[in-house]
Amino acid sequence: MQVPATFAYERADSVPHALELLERYGPEARVVAGGHSLIPMMKLRLAQPEALIDINGLAAELGRIAVEGDELAIGAMVRHAELLESATATGLFPIFQDAERVIADPIVRNRGTVGGSLCQGDPSEDLSAVFAALRATAVVQGPGGTRTVPIRRFHQGPYETAVAPNELLIELRVPVVPGAGSAYEKVERRVGDWPVAAAGAVLRVEGGVIAQAGIGLTAVGAGHFCAPEAEAHLVGRPPGEEAFARAGRIAAEHCEPHADQRGPADYKRHLAAELTRRALAGAAGRI
Amino acid sequence: MSFGRMHRKEDARFIRGRGTYVDDVRLPGMLHGAVLRSPHAHARIVSVDVSAAEAHPKVRAVITGQTLAGLNLAWMPTLSNDVQAVLATDKVRFQGQEVAFVVAEDRYAARDALELIEVEYEPLDAVVDARTALAPGAPLIRDDLEGKADNHIFDWEAGDRDRTAAIFEEAEVTVAQDMLYPRVHPAPLETCGAVADFDKVTGKLTVWCPTQAPHAHRTLYAMVAGLPEHKIRVISPDIGGGFGGKVGIYPGYVCAIVGSIVTGRPVKWMEDRSENLMSTAFARDYHMRGEVAATRDGRVRAIRVKVLADHGAFNGTAQPTKFPAGFFHVFTGSYDLESAHCEVSGVYTNKAPGGVAYACSFRVTEAVYLVERMMDVLAAELGVDPAELRMRNLLRPDQFPYTSPTGWEYDSGDYPKALRLAMDMAGYDKLRAEQAGKRARGELMGIGVSFFTEAVGAGPRKHMDILGLGMADGAELRVHPTGKAVLRVSCQSQGQGHETTFAQIVGHELGIPADDVEVVHGDTDQTPFGLGTYGSRSTPVSGAAAAIVARKVRDRAKLVAAAMLEASPDDLEWGDGRWSVVGDPSSGRSLAEIALAAHSNLELPEGVEGHLDAVTVYNPPNLTYPFGAYICAVDVDPGTGQVKVRRFVAVDDCGVRINPTIVEGQIHGGLADGIGMALMQVMAFDEDGNHLGASFMDYLLPTSMECPSWELGETVSPSPFHPIGAKGVGESATVGSPAAVVNAVVDALAPYGVRHADMPLTPANVWRTVNGDPFRTDLAIP
Repeated sequence: MQVPATFAYERADSVPHALELLERYGPEARVVAGGHSLIPMMKLRLAQPEALIDINGLAAELGRIAVEGDELAIGAMVRHAELLESATATGLFPIFQDAERVIADPIVRNRGTVGGSLCQGDPSEDLSAVFAALRATAVVQGPGGTRTVPIRRFHQGPYETAVAPNELLIELRVPVVPGAGSAYEKVERRVGDWPVAAAGAVLRVEGGVIAQAGIGLTAVGAGHFCAPEAEAHLVGRPPGEEAFARAGRIAAEHCEPHADQRGPADYKRHLAAELTRRALAGAAGRI
Repeated sequence: MSFGRMHRKEDARFIRGRGTYVDDVRLPGMLHGAVLRSPHAHARIVSVDVSAAEAHPKVRAVITGQTLAGLNLAWMPTLSNDVQAVLATDKVRFQGQEVAFVVAEDRYAARDALELIEVEYEPLDAVVDARTALAPGAPLIRDDLEGKADNHIFDWEAGDRDRTAAIFEEAEVTVAQDMLYPRVHPAPLETCGAVADFDKVTGKLTVWCPTQAPHAHRTLYAMVAGLPEHKIRVISPDIGGGFGGKVGIYPGYVCAIVGSIVTGRPVKWMEDRSENLMSTAFARDYHMRGEVAATRDGRVRAIRVKVLADHGAFNGTAQPTKFPAGFFHVFTGSYDLESAHCEVSGVYTNKAPGGVAYACSFRVTEAVYLVERMMDVLAAELGVDPAELRMRNLLRPDQFPYTSPTGWEYDSGDYPKALRLAMDMAGYDKLRAEQAGKRARGELMGIGVSFFTEAVGAGPRKHMDILGLGMADGAELRVHPTGKAVLRVSCQSQGQGHETTFAQIVGHELGIPADDVEVVHGDTDQTPFGLGTYGSRSTPVSGAAAAIVARKVRDRAKLVAAAMLEASPDDLEWGDGRWSVVGDPSSGRSLAEIALAAHSNLELPEGVEGHLDAVTVYNPPNLTYPFGAYICAVDVDPGTGQVKVRRFVAVDDCGVRINPTIVEGQIHGGLADGIGMALMQVMAFDEDGNHLGASFMDYLLPTSMECPSWELGETVSPSPFHPIGAKGVGESATVGSPAAVVNAVVDALAPYGVRHADMPLTPANVWRTVNGDPFRTDLAIP
C-alpha cells in the first residue's frame, strides 16, 4: 500500500471558513474535494502538502446546477456524476454528457468534482476543454471577495491556475446560447483512461452561416485548451464538412502536442484535427 | 455427487469480504517493513548512509546489502541457476531494484524513514534494448559474475537444424516475419508481500506469503538460509491472483524474514502497486523472427524461429530447470510439419528479472503467438483464407498420440472438429461477406483466427525438475468415521477454485457430495510436498493425485465392505457410491457406513490396519495438451486507429470438464487478458532505463467495456494420460487469444498492405501502422 507523508487535516464548513483555513495554513496547504488526483499524488509522494483543507462539507453550498438569467451556473463542488445526470446542464449543452460519460469511471465520477478537475490543472483534463469551448467564466472567492476569470485565462500552464493559494474556485458560469449545438469527441486507450486527445465544439448558426464557434482541445498542447484561429475561420462560413475539416487542420497546426506513451506528437496532432472535425460535425447535427 | 456445475465453495467467504489475504494477517507486536528502491537502471553504489533513518524514533532496524553480506544472504539463487541480489551491494541493475529495508512500528514510519536514507550513486549507461545487449561496447551488467565479459546468458536450440534448412532450400514458398511479444506484467490485484515470524524460543520460522508454491519456498529457504526445514512453516493464505508472478522468492520476503530474526518480532512487508509492476516477475519480452516453408497450395512443411529473449538483470525465470526457454519449442503448434528448428538466445538487460508469468504455460504463449501470426503471414502471401489454411494443415484425429518435430507427444484431440465448430458459431462465411461489403465502403473490419495447442501439467519426473526438485505432487485423504473427508494437497489456489474442483474429484470417485469433502491447501505443516500451482498443472498433476488417492480409499473400503458383508472382495462391485455383492444391490454399503465400520470393532481383513485414509504421490506420465480454436471480429476506426472487439468465439477442449462454470470463468479471464495484451499492455522503457508503465495509469488492465460478450464452445477429448481425462485450462485462453485479436486487427488493415503489427495495438500504433511508420512499442515513443 502506498502511504502519504504526514499532513494536517481540516474540514471546512463554509466558504468563509475554508478561506480562513487557507489563510492560516498558507501556500503549503491544499484544498481537497473529490481527491481523485491529489490523494494518489500524495500516496506516490509527488505531492506533500503540509495541510489538507477538506471542502466536502461545502457540497450543498457549492453544489448547485441552475440557470440564472442568461447563464448556466455550475457549482465547484458539483460531482461529475451529478453533471452527467443533470437534465438542465445536458439539455442545454449535450457536450457535458458526451464528456462526462468518458471521464474516468462511475466510481471516480461519484466523488470527483467539476471544480477539482479544473483546479488540478492537468493538461489532459477533459472539462478544461469543454468549458473552454463554452467560453465559461470562473468565479473565484478570496479574502477580498469574489472575482471572475474567463476560463480561457484560468489555466496558466500545466498544474497552474489563476486561483491564488488563499482563494477558492466557487462556480462556473456558462453563457446560454439559444440554438447552439455542442459535442465532445475523445480518443482513449481504454475506457476511463486520460485522453490521448479530445476535442469539444459549440456552434451557433444564423442565416445559414456560423455565427459563433467554440472549440476546446485537451492533451494536445493547445494554449488555454482552445483553438481561436480555427474558430475565427469558421465564423461567417456556412457549416459543412469542408469548413469543419479545414478548422480541424487549423486547430491542429496551432497545437504543440508532446509524445508520451499515449502516442507520438504527429498522431496527437492528427487527432486534434480529426476530433475537432468530428466534434464540429456532431455539434452542427445537434443544432 | 459428480462432475458438473456447482457454485464455488470459496465464493461464500470471498463475496462476504471474509477471505484472509496476507495483508489481513495481524500478529501481536508486528512491525512493518518498507523497501528502498533504486531510482537508476544501472549505477554503482558509492555509499549508503542509514544513520538518519536509524535515528527515526519509530524505526527498529535498517537492513542494507552490507548487513546481508555479513549473513551471506546479500545474493540468493534464482530458479534458473543464476544469482540475484537481495539487497544491492555493488551496483543497482534495474530501476526499482531493492537497496535497503526499513523495519518500523508502522507502515507510515517505515515509508517516511526511506526518505532519510542517503544513497550515493554513480550512474552508468543502461542496456535497455535487448537488440543491442550483445553489441560490442555494450555496458556490462553482470560484472559480479566471475569472468563475465558480455551480457549473454544462454543459447539453446531444439528441433532439426539441417533437415529444416534443407526444406527451406527447396520450398516453393517461404515467408518471414519479425515480431515482438512485448514485456507485460500479470498485475494481480493483490501485490506481493509477506509476514515473517521467527520464534527465538522454538527456532521456528513461520512465513505467511501469497506463494503459488509453498513447499518449494520452504525447501529453498532451508537450502539458502541454512534453516532446518522442519522448523520452517510457509502459509499461503487466500491469494488475490498469481498468474505465475507469485512463484519465485522475492527479495522482500527474505528481508521480512531477516527483519524478524533481527528484531525478534513479526514483520509484515506489503508491496505497493508500483513496486509490484517495477520489480516482480514480468512476462514475455521475446524478440522473434519466424519463417515458414510451404508448398504453393498451402501445405506448411517447416517452421524456423530465432528468438532474442530479454531476461532482465538476473536470470530468474521460473520454469523446469532444463528448459531455459520454457516450452517455447512447442511452437510447431497444431500443425502437421515435416521439420522445425528454433534457436533462443537469452540476454541480460537493465530491467527487472522474470520472464515466465502471466499465465504463459512456460512460454507456450510466445510459441502460439509466433506460429499463429506466421500462419496469417503465409495466408496473406498465398492469398488463402486463414481459416482454410489452418484447416489444410491441422493434425488429424488419427495422428494422435502425435510426436511433434521438436519432441512433444500430443495426447488427444480432434482439431478440425474444434475449428469447424468455432467457424459455425461465428458464422464465418457471413462474417467474411460482411467484411467484403464494408471494405467496399471503405470501412475497416477484421476477422482473426487462432488455433492453439498447449503443453501443460509439468511434469514427468524423469524430464522435469526445478532446482533438482521433481515435479510430482502428493495428496492425502482422510475419511472421518461419519464418512466426511479431508483432502490435503500441495498446490495452492490463486482463484482457480481448487476447494471446489478437487472436492468434486474426490466426491466423484467416492460417491459422496463435494460438500462433504474439505480441501486443505497452502500450509506446508498441513499438506504433503508438491511443487505448486502454475503452468496449468494443478488439475493435471494434483487433480490426478486427488483422483488416485480417492481410488486408494475406495479400494480399501472394498476390503472393509467385504468384511462387513462377509463376502469375498472379488464378489463385490462398485456402483452408485456403494460397494455391494454382485447381483444384490440391497447389500450395498455407502462410504459413510464403511468408514464407520473401519473405525469400529469390526474384525478387519488382512492388509487393512484400520481407517480408510490413504496417501499418494502422482508422477505424471506425460504432459496434457489442451487446445482450442478462437475467432475474433474487430472494427477499426481508420480516422483514429481505435479498435473495437466486436465478437469473440472461443472453442476450448480441455478434456473432461470437472466444473464447467469454473472452466468458463477461467476462459473468460484469459480472453480478457488477451484483449489487454493485444490492445493496451506493455512495459516500455526509455533510453535511461526508466520504467514507463509503473502504475495503473500507464499499465492498463482491460475492463468489461473492452470485452465483448464471450461466445464459448467446447469439444471434449479426454487425455489418456490422466486418470479422469482432464487436461487443465487455467492458461488456455491467455495463450490462445492474443493472436486472434492481433490477427483480426492486421486483417482489418490488409487494405493498407499491412501484414504485421506488434502489440499492443493502441490507437497510436494502429494509426502509425496504417501510415507505414510503426514505432517500437517496447521503447519510449519518440
